[in-house]
Formats: sequence, C-alpha cells, structure tokens
Amino acid sequence: MLKKILENKKLRSDIILIAAALFVGLVALLVAFLLREDGSRVVVSVDGKKVAEYSLNVDGTYYLNDGTNVLVIEDGYAYMKEANCPGFQDCVEKGKISYVGQSITCLPNKVIVEIVGEGEEILS
Amino acid sequence: MTKKPFKLTTRQMVTLSALIAVAMILSYIESLIPAFVAVPGVKIGLSNIATVFALYTLGWPYAICVSVVRVLLSALLFGNFVSLIYSLSGAALALTAMILLKKIDSFSSIGVSVAGGVCHNAGQIIAACIVMETAAIALYIIPLIVSGTIAGVVIGLAAGNLVERIKKYL
Repeated sequence: MLKKILENKKLRSDIILIAAALFVGLVALLVAFLLREDGSRVVVSVDGKKVAEYSLNVDGTYYLNDGTNVLVIEDGYAYMKEANCPGFQDCVEKGKISYVGQSITCLPNKVIVEIVGEGEEILS
Repeated sequence: MTKKPFKLTTRQMVTLSALIAVAMILSYIESLIPAFVAVPGVKIGLSNIATVFALYTLGWPYAICVSVVRVLLSALLFGNFVSLIYSLSGAALALTAMILLKKIDSFSSIGVSVAGGVCHNAGQIIAACIVMETAAIALYIIPLIVSGTIAGVVIGLAAGNLVERIKKYL
C-alpha cells in the first residue's frame, strides 16, 4: 500500500505539498505561540478608523459602534459579550483575548478590537 | 471534452446545472454544521467538491461557472453584500490556484484541492484586510493554512473518488 502510493508520482507530489503546507502552518503557529506577550491596552477600530482605546487593567463594559457590539474588559482579558448580527457570531465565539496582537473581529459591523502592548502604535 | 470551451451542448448544460444545484445543497448542509473551532473561516468547504468535480470532468471554464454561480446564489439567498466580497475573492484565488495546478498536471485532485482550500482562505483574509483597512487580521491566516490543508485533503479524496466513479456516465 505505502509502496504503491510512493510509486505514484502525483500522489507523491500531493504528499509533499500537504506536508509543506502543514509544516509552514504549524511552525507559524508555534512561533506565534512562543512570541506572545501580555497586552496592556485595547484598541477599538470601526471601519478602519480607531475610535477608542481602553486599558486592559481597568474593568468595564463598553458599547461599541452605537451599541452594535458590547465589549467587556475583565481581569486583564477582553471579550465581546454581545453583537447584533444574525446567525453565527464569530466575535462572541472568539472568547477572551489578552496577548499582544490578538484581535476580535466583527466582519458584518466592521468592528475590530485589538490588543496592543505598552507604548506600541497600532498598525493600520 | 469539446474544443470550443464555451459552446454548451444540452448534456453539458444539464450536467453544469446539476453540479451547481449540488454545490448549493452542499453549502446549505455545511451551514448546518456548527463551528467547532473559535477561529472564523475554519470550514470544510463541502461545495468545493462540486467545483473540483467540474474541473476534472468538464474542464476549467465549467469549474469557474459552478463556483461563481454558487457564490452569487448563496449570497443572494443566505448572505449579504459584504459576505459576497469575501466569498468572491476567496473563490477567485482558489480557482486560479486549482486551475494552474491542474494545468501543471503533477498533482492529483488531492493536491489541487489542498491548494484551493488554502488559497480560498488566503483570498478571504486579503479581502477582509482591504475591506476593514487593517493588517491586524492577517495573522488569522496561520490557523487557516492548517485547517485549509486538512479540508483540502478531505475534499480532494471525495472529489477524486466521485470523478472516478461517475465520469463514465457523463
């Protein structure tokens, strides 16, 4: 069985492609995991424009984008508590975030909540 | 396969319509499967079975047709304008990659659909970056490379088997 697969040129290149893709993906995951650091601020953007910034160390509930999304900051974590979009809500399902570079995205409302580090400028 | 790719015989037209219908059903079935990972965009891409099938049995113009019509119809029925942009750019990139890899002829349907899966995700992320005017979401691509590869293997196996079994009846 294995020999048969290896003799088939197309299947062999398939396996190389799959292995390469998985390798790149997993290494990138590992690097992202190793390089993570605790964030200090939460930046909220709507439609590509920064609209608000909160400290991760101050607990609070914020109504974003005229109340379409409800952001909660609690114990150094940020999460989207509610959203008004129908169907599956990626931003609510995303759960809690706290590391630099992590973000919660609400595509329908174009709301992005992003964690940044101390004195760091947000990329845009 | 015909020399003039855009001249449809009745048989081809019927096959094409049936494939589009199958793709629509598959994307509906997929919408019923609950998301099992909290990363947006992780999905199997069941309707891609129909696209890969069309690519291997009817040729690339038909694959483009199946994919684009499916995306437009699902957007009309279930989605909105924004989701249409994401789906279209994902589909465009995926189709380009799959057609090229098919032309090179050194991969089987599995390799072709793996490239399609990963490129579909990449296309959606690129569209999202442009629509949202930020690079912050570009990192979503990392888990999506892994999930796209796995989904591509599954879809490629399914489509390859179907092509082998059904081709002789077309």
